[in-house]
Parts: sequence; C-alpha cells; structure tokens
Amino acid sequence: MAQSRLPHPDLPPPPSTIGALGWMRRNLFSSPFNIALTALATYLLWITVPLLLNWALFDATWSGDDREACQGGSGACWVFIRVHLDQFMYGFYPKAQRWRVNIALLLLILGAAPLFIRTMPNPVKVKLGLGLLVFYPIIAFVLFKGGLLGLPEVETSLWGGLLLTLVIAGVGMTAALPLGVLLALGRRSQMPAIQTLCITFIEFWRGVPLITVLFMSSVMLPLFLPEGINFDKLLRALVGVTLFQAAYMAEVVRGGLQAIPKGQFEAAAALGLGYWKAMALIVLPQALKLVIPGIVNTFIALFKDTSLVLIIGLFDLMNTVHNAITNPAWLGFSTEGYVFAAAVYWLFCFSMSRYSQNLEKRLYTGHKR
Amino acid sequence: MNSPSTAHAPLSEQSMIQMEGVHKWYGAFHVLKDINLTVQKGERIVVCGPSGSGKSTAIRCINRLEEYQRGRIVVDGKELSNDVKLIEQIRRDVGMVFQHFNLFPHLTVLENCALAPIWVRKTPRKQAEELAMQYLERVKIPEQAKKYPGQLSGGQQQRVAIARSLCMNPKVMLFDEPTSALDPEMIKEVLDTMVALAEDGMTMICVTHEMGFAKTVAHRVIFMDSGEIIEQNTPEKFFTNPQSERTQLFLSQILHN
Repeated sequence: MAQSRLPHPDLPPPPSTIGALGWMRRNLFSSPFNIALTALATYLLWITVPLLLNWALFDATWSGDDREACQGGSGACWVFIRVHLDQFMYGFYPKAQRWRVNIALLLLILGAAPLFIRTMPNPVKVKLGLGLLVFYPIIAFVLFKGGLLGLPEVETSLWGGLLLTLVIAGVGMTAALPLGVLLALGRRSQMPAIQTLCITFIEFWRGVPLITVLFMSSVMLPLFLPEGINFDKLLRALVGVTLFQAAYMAEVVRGGLQAIPKGQFEAAAALGLGYWKAMALIVLPQALKLVIPGIVNTFIALFKDTSLVLIIGLFDLMNTVHNAITNPAWLGFSTEGYVFAAAVYWLFCFSMSRYSQNLEKRLYTGHKR
Repeated sequence: MNSPSTAHAPLSEQSMIQMEGVHKWYGAFHVLKDINLTVQKGERIVVCGPSGSGKSTAIRCINRLEEYQRGRIVVDGKELSNDVKLIEQIRRDVGMVFQHFNLFPHLTVLENCALAPIWVRKTPRKQAEELAMQYLERVKIPEQAKKYPGQLSGGQQQRVAIARSLCMNPKVMLFDEPTSALDPEMIKEVLDTMVALAEDGMTMICVTHEMGFAKTVAHRVIFMDSGEIIEQNTPEKFFTNPQSERTQLFLSQILHN
C-alpha cells in the first residue's frame, strides 16, 4: 500500500516564548531570584532617575550669561558650561585664530569619511588611509602651530581644551599602534639582539606609571640635556604617551600573533612569501582582527589617560574644566563641570567601543580555525 | 607504467630533487638518518610509513620548512643553503599541500589563489585572478571563488589548497598527508584531483597512506621507519613482495584495516 507520509506542518511557537512577553519572561522573571532582582532594580531606578532628570533637565538653568542667572535654581547651571564652552574646546588658543582648528577638523572629517564608506574598494582605502597618515599630521601641525604661509604662530602652550586632548590621543593612537606591532614582531623575532631589545623596551615602559613618565619627561629630562636645548613640553608629553602606550599595544598584538596557527606561517613561507610580506598579508591581518577588542581597550585607556598631562601643566580638556571651576567668578559649579567633562570623555570612548564592535562583525569571515 | 629510477641514480640533468646523506636531530632525537633520495623530473613518489617515522619531516626539508643538520639537498639544480633569498626562490618552484590545508581564512578562495602570483611573481592582479580561476576550474570548484575557506567542506578546501599551489606554476609538488584530515566521503575528490595532476606529468612527492593511490599513480613507493628509508620499489613489487620485515608488518597493518 503506497502511503506517503506527509511532513508535520510547522506550528507557531507558544506566544509566551516570543516577542516582548517572551523576552521579559526569559530575562526578567525567569526565577524567584530574578524576580526579586527585577523588583529591586525597578525600585532603585524609581528613586534615582527622576532626581537625575530633575537636576539635569527640568530644574536646570539654560539661559543667561553669568552666574546671576543661576541664583535660586535648584537644578544644574548649564550656563556655566555655555559660557566656557569655547574655552573647553580650544583652551587658550587665540580667538581670532580658532578658524584654523576648525578647518583642520573639517579636513580630517572630509579626508577620513571615505574610509567609512563600505562600497569603497579596499586598495583605494589603503592608499587614502596611508596618504592621510603621512600628510594629515603635517597639514594639521602647520595649521595649529602657524608661523608659516602668513599664519601667525601659536605656541603649543596655548593649545588646550578638547583640541589638546584630541591631539594627544590622536598622535598617541596613530603612533602607538604601528610601533606596538613592530615591538610585538620584534619580541617574537628569531634574532636574539632584536628580541632582547624589544623585551627590555616593553618591560621598562610597562613597569613605570604614566604619571612618572610624564614627570620625568617634564622635570628630569631638561636636567640631563645640555643648557639651551629645550624640547617643546607638548612634544615631550606626546613622546612619553606614545612610547608608554606602544608597550601595552605590543603585548596586545603579541597575544594575537600567538593565536595564529603555525600552519599559516608555513603556508605563507611555502608559497615563497618573505618575512615581511607573510606578516603584512597573512599573519597581521588575522592577528589584528583577533585583538580588535584589546586594541580598542588600549585606545580607550589612552584617551582617558591623556587627562594626566594636567600634572605637567598642559591644559587639556580636564585641566581646562578644572581651571574654570576654580575661577573665583564661577565658584560652586564643579558638579556641572565634571559632569560635562565626563560626558565628553564618555562620548568619545563609547563611540570607539561601538565602532570596534561594528568592525569585528564586519570583518568576520566565518572561519573557525 | 614507466620504469622507475633507483635511489642510486647518478646526478643527472634530469633529476629534480636530490637528497644526499640528510640527517636531522630534534635536540638529542635523531629524526632523519642518512636520507638519500633522487627524484627525476616527472617522477611520482609515494612515501609511507608508521606515524613518527620522519616522512613528513623529510619532505618538509625539501622546501626548508624544516632545517637539517647534515647532508645536502639540491632542488632543480639549486642547493639549499641558509641564504633566505635562495630559499624563497626554491619555494616558489616547490608547491606544497598540507594535511590541514592551511588556507588563509581571512581571504576569499580567489584571493587565496591569486595572492602568491601577485606578491611573489609580480603578476598583475587581473592576470593573477584569471590564472586563479583557471586552476580553480581545474580542481572543479570555480563556483566557490568568492567564498571564504570557512564556508567550504574539507575536501573543497584541500582542492583549493592544491589550486593555490598550482597558481605558482611549481616544478614539483609536495603533498604532506593531504587526505588524512578529511572525512571519508571527501577523500576521493581530492585523490581524483591528484590523479589528474599526475596524468599531466607533474613531479610529485606524496606522503600518504592511500595505497590505492600509490598503486595507480606512483612510480616508486618509499617506506620509512624511525627516520630511515627502509625500502623502495615499484608499487607492484612493493605491495606483492616487500623485502624487509618492517615493511611486511606495516603493510599487513594498514591493508587489514
């Protein structure tokens, strides 16, 4: 008897396991303990969020030009931030010259934007990226510093605020990553001299706190230099931050290199690729992709560590805010100042974090080995 | 089948690979003991032996993936030395297929194949990609060109690995247990590819336990045990009339499994 067995029709899943209801059951009310935690969290949010919102938004003072406007208000005095915003952004950079900073920023955005367009072919991106890496620092330096092409000179000691934070973070990141890669490769080198050199470098810089590095660069270094030779204070901080972070970066990258199977090195070698080509084309693309979370972690740490330059008297965002808070004319608004600074740092760090997650997803090629 | 050359063939213009008195130690462990082997152009050799007998190590010495401490190896008239440039030159002409494929997981199949022609042979990209497609067709997977290795089956990956080697237009191909990591149903597709390659006259040295492959394709079968070449003969004689006891034991073990 020919009886064909019909496949069982698909049934919809029970309504309580899908959609918002299912999500809540799974994540909020899955056990008595979780129900208790959910209740506790709801209670904590209930008592804190309204207070915060009232302070930051509903009771806050937004308009006015001086501290009188904030008299009697029970919320935040955002007037303090508004009045000082230019200072927070540019520090003591002369007002008449600030357009140069804006142009440099605009150039960076225009130059870097194509790198984030997904349909752009990779060889074009590589060329553009390298070009940007080589030429942008020169252009930006000329614009910031001046003294050339009829631009009045602006001493680096006048650079400040978010501008200075971004300069230190930007230089630190773009210089620390390649340096870290070289150090990581050197540490795994077969040549004992190079290996020893790299290990010594990494272990030295990792063993010293960044504060010490900055102090040494600004206080001790001049003592050892002959009379009359004086490096720019910002330059010394930049070098210190870069070398310090490069050591951390090297260890992150080394972790990635160690995760690459030996077979990859052998396959590259068997095809006749030399050391540098094998590294650049086969090993590093895989190793760096593996350690994107670690690299971004180091970048985020670096971004926040730039605030330490305040101890050597550079006016980065943190120090500028601090300076405004201690200004006698505006005493009493330290909360607003610190909240603002925290918000700016958070915005940058969170963006980096999100971008790295996006990058990881995009670069995933479904391999498991 | 062509008459095989013996291991003691005189150095001739025709030989592709000569290994003379090659010894290798891992620390105190003597892995290769006085390996002498001459491979003629167009000759196909199967190396077999129990695991740990040094057969993989021996062929990996030919493209210098392993160093050896004594003896000499001449590949296509060039003697291996410590000169990095020379080693790279020799590797260009010696294709290698690994047990675990070792495809580059971050590159597509096409990029895997075109990479070495572009960066080592300086072939223009477009031409290299055409070359890659040509060899992918030859191993019968042109439709997978845009995929990543992780999306392919083991057999397909190994065929890509063969195509990747062929793209360098090698004079000799080394196969290091190419089917040992494959599921049984995929072994045949890889062996078929290798047989087709053999029919085209490629010089091949193949470490494998696929005795059927050895019987149909090899000119000469070499049996190694504990770092030594114990016996070598034509497949007919090797399988029907093994000379040494160790060979007989090995054959009885693998043929009865």
